[in-house]
Amino acid sequence: MTLLQVRDLVKHYQSGGLFRASGPPVRAVDGVSFDLAPGETLALVGESGCGKSSVGRTILRLQDPTSGSAVFEGVELFSLDRTALRRTRRRMQIIFQDPYSSLNPRMTVGSAVAEGIEIHRLARGAEVGRRVAALLQEVGLDPGYADRYPHEFSGGQRQRIGIARALAVEPAFIVCDEPVSALDVSVQAQVLNLLADLQRDRGLSYLFIAHDLAVVRQLAHRIAVMYLGRIVEEGTAESVLTRPRHPYTVALLSAVPEPDPGRRRSRIVLTGDVPSPSAPPPGCPFHPRCWHPSRNERCSRERPTLRMVGGTRAACHYAEETPLPEGVGEPGGTSTPSIA
Amino acid sequence: MTHVLEVKDLRISFPVEGAGRMYPVDGVSFSLDRGETLALVGESGSGKSLTSLALLRLVPPPGRIDAGSTITLGDTDVLGLQGEALRRIRGKRIGMIFQDPMTSLNPVLTVGDQISEGVRAHLPVSRREARDRALHLLQEVGIPDPVSRLDAYPHQLSGGMRQRVMIAIALSAEPEILVADEPTTALDVTVQAQILEVLDRLRASHGMAVLLITHDLGIVAGRADRVAVMYAGQIVEEARTPALFARPSHPYTQGLFASVPRLHGPVGRLRPIRGNVPPPSAWPSGCRFRPRCPQAFDKSETMPPLLPLDPEHRMRCWLAETDRS
Amino acid sequence: MSPLGAAIRAAARDPRGQAGLGFLGLLLLLALLAPAVLPDPAAQPDPLGASNLAPSLLHPFGTDPLSRDLLSRVVTGARVSLGVALLAVALSITLGALVGVAAGYLGGAVDTALMRLVDGALAIPRLFLLLLVLAVWERVPVLMLVVFIGATGWFGTSRLVRAEVLRIREESFIRAAEALGAPRRRIIFRHLLPNALGPLLVAATLGVGDVILVEAGLSFLGLGVQPPTPSWGGMILDAKSVLVTAPWNAIFPGLAILGTVLSANLVGDALRDAVDPGSA
Repeated sequence: MTLLQVRDLVKHYQSGGLFRASGPPVRAVDGVSFDLAPGETLALVGESGCGKSSVGRTILRLQDPTSGSAVFEGVELFSLDRTALRRTRRRMQIIFQDPYSSLNPRMTVGSAVAEGIEIHRLARGAEVGRRVAALLQEVGLDPGYADRYPHEFSGGQRQRIGIARALAVEPAFIVCDEPVSALDVSVQAQVLNLLADLQRDRGLSYLFIAHDLAVVRQLAHRIAVMYLGRIVEEGTAESVLTRPRHPYTVALLSAVPEPDPGRRRSRIVLTGDVPSPSAPPPGCPFHPRCWHPSRNERCSRERPTLRMVGGTRAACHYAEETPLPEGVGEPGGTSTPSIA
Repeated sequence: MTHVLEVKDLRISFPVEGAGRMYPVDGVSFSLDRGETLALVGESGSGKSLTSLALLRLVPPPGRIDAGSTITLGDTDVLGLQGEALRRIRGKRIGMIFQDPMTSLNPVLTVGDQISEGVRAHLPVSRREARDRALHLLQEVGIPDPVSRLDAYPHQLSGGMRQRVMIAIALSAEPEILVADEPTTALDVTVQAQILEVLDRLRASHGMAVLLITHDLGIVAGRADRVAVMYAGQIVEEARTPALFARPSHPYTQGLFASVPRLHGPVGRLRPIRGNVPPPSAWPSGCRFRPRCPQAFDKSETMPPLLPLDPEHRMRCWLAETDRS
Repeated sequence: MSPLGAAIRAAARDPRGQAGLGFLGLLLLLALLAPAVLPDPAAQPDPLGASNLAPSLLHPFGTDPLSRDLLSRVVTGARVSLGVALLAVALSITLGALVGVAAGYLGGAVDTALMRLVDGALAIPRLFLLLLVLAVWERVPVLMLVVFIGATGWFGTSRLVRAEVLRIREESFIRAAEALGAPRRRIIFRHLLPNALGPLLVAATLGVGDVILVEAGLSFLGLGVQPPTPSWGGMILDAKSVLVTAPWNAIFPGLAILGTVLSANLVGDALRDAVDPGSA
């Protein structure tokens, strides 16, 4: 049973307004489709401007989609009315990247965590306090912290508080929007382990949005790579990481700095910048920066669609022939996260 | 051989409200030779950024560099310089690039103006000559269409471009040393690769020494000749890069390595360092890593000095005394 | 310790905050104790012989043309002036906050409409507006004065609050509240307003100084607080005729105004630095 089915999600931002000239729309999300099963982590990977954060927020209806569909637990999210949407919100939550702005500085930790419980009337009186204490413990924090304010805590602790807040309403699905990007290395590891444990204990599904492929590898069952608002490659974590087919995925993999000086790797350094999402190139959006030896004028004319090539689905006309530079994508043991 | 840069016993203190002072940088020593890259690795609170600011005497008040610290640039005592003499080494002998290219560039000046400003601050050239030099620098850092970019404003450029502009500004007076404080942290990984490539190329062509400040072990592996790991205001391990990665010896370094997720090798549960980084106002007594160290023992209650493990490999840990293979 | 509590504490430890609060506290104390320790401000024990007496031990501030003790009058005037100021500011702050939040959070047409209204209102000098209204309505009761002053003082505050709301609205904790299913009402009162309190408090404190000056000005023109209720502006008006011969009639009320406005500004500055150390 699929938990979430997203089809042809589009989110365009109109620039300009009532008194300003409008420019071309910013095509933040330009036709994204994927499925998510219960207990599974799908990683949405890409660099800034690729639209990955917009996908997460639009599915949760924190902003309205331009078009498309998202069916969650059998219900079309985009046609829910306000009351039904509020009820459904219990089942889908989000944790944010910036631990310093994701908590209301004027609310105690306990109130922040209890907010969902209060809004949905999940408990009353002393029971609320008990639940808050249990949640704090579950994320590895001292329940006594409930009376303190966010500024007294470190980034990693704040992230945990944010996770506790999301768990309070007992969701089935959590959008993790770059949850560890702003954290130090050792803290990052703590939070990743926590997320893995929670997934195992509560059967949660994650849409894990990130730009760091090594981080993603810790939690992802499947990976979707985004570029300029579209998914350009998608498959199991193992296939995408060991035998990528889209030239952008290959470039991304080769650019990740690895803590291993002995490892020989030829790096693919892309030229130029990511084009603006309001002016995507014609044909294949990646073609101006593409290094594929088979790239030709067809790429600037005809937009490739996602199709199965080898072990992944890739949107490239020449995906069958994508070379794999030395040191990139070699098999490295099982990629199915083992949470021992 | 005189080192291009030598830092000895650098100590930076800040006042603590109501109770004396705290020492976020507490006795740091290292040296840098011509053409080499030294990476200063650490997490937040390790003191690495403050250390780099001290080199240019840019420590923000009320912090101050304490007596007993020495910073020598060639044969110039940086801490003894005043006024004009100090200004002359900033940019001319040590250049610096910062983490966030968005806020490090002046939004109301064009790129060309900012680079020329850097040039003319140190070289006696005319406006026209400075502009020519700015153009040349833009080419060197790999900015496409540099002629039109000279008149662009920072907000018209992408993050990667802005960082290149910052590098151009830092290089404008041909410094001997480039201090790069987390130069690629705010950038996408593909752009990061480009920028690191530019830095490498320029280092080779200009013969500069580079002090690279970062928390990313991957960048260190690829680009640094030597590494110094910082924790709680001190250097806890230093070695040549291959040696450090082959044999990380200080328990903190080992903890760092165990908590970094990898692209290759088996995927297993990460093993983070338990606990949190202590704040400078509350450094633990004795070995500062002791509360979090899985190998702490009775001697850890005394602060260890940097002890040798191998030639060119030292660590601040009593375990160096026992023969560890 | 909540962030707001910590800010207030920090402001109280700031020397400016202490000076300001010290003066205001003293004034408040005097104003409350006045009936017990000072002679009746309306009393004229010696109507003919005791007018315009210079300051002496018996009358530390001297007497006014109607032989009333000036010290009592100044202190009693404090009750009126401070009272008007505090109530008018409370009204302005409430109106400004509501409009600012509505404009900032609801956005769109509501925002545009409200802000154009504010722009228009700000274009008219406040004093002129008040003069117009008060000149038509003679002998205005103090309560109405408070309402008029309050109703003309919220425009700047609404802009301030709107700016704060626009900034806070983008923070992820607001998104988190929305994701939890919080209704708008809750987001406004639990999340937006409490975080806009800092600048609001600063604006309120500075507003007190502002209103003191407005009220004094109006009273000086005869349009504000009406006699026999003592007010500082009114006292200066009375002093006009004897300015050269008995200047203390104007000096002491003047000093009282100066002291109060300065103190309010000092407290406001200290609060601003405590709440937002970034702004100068």
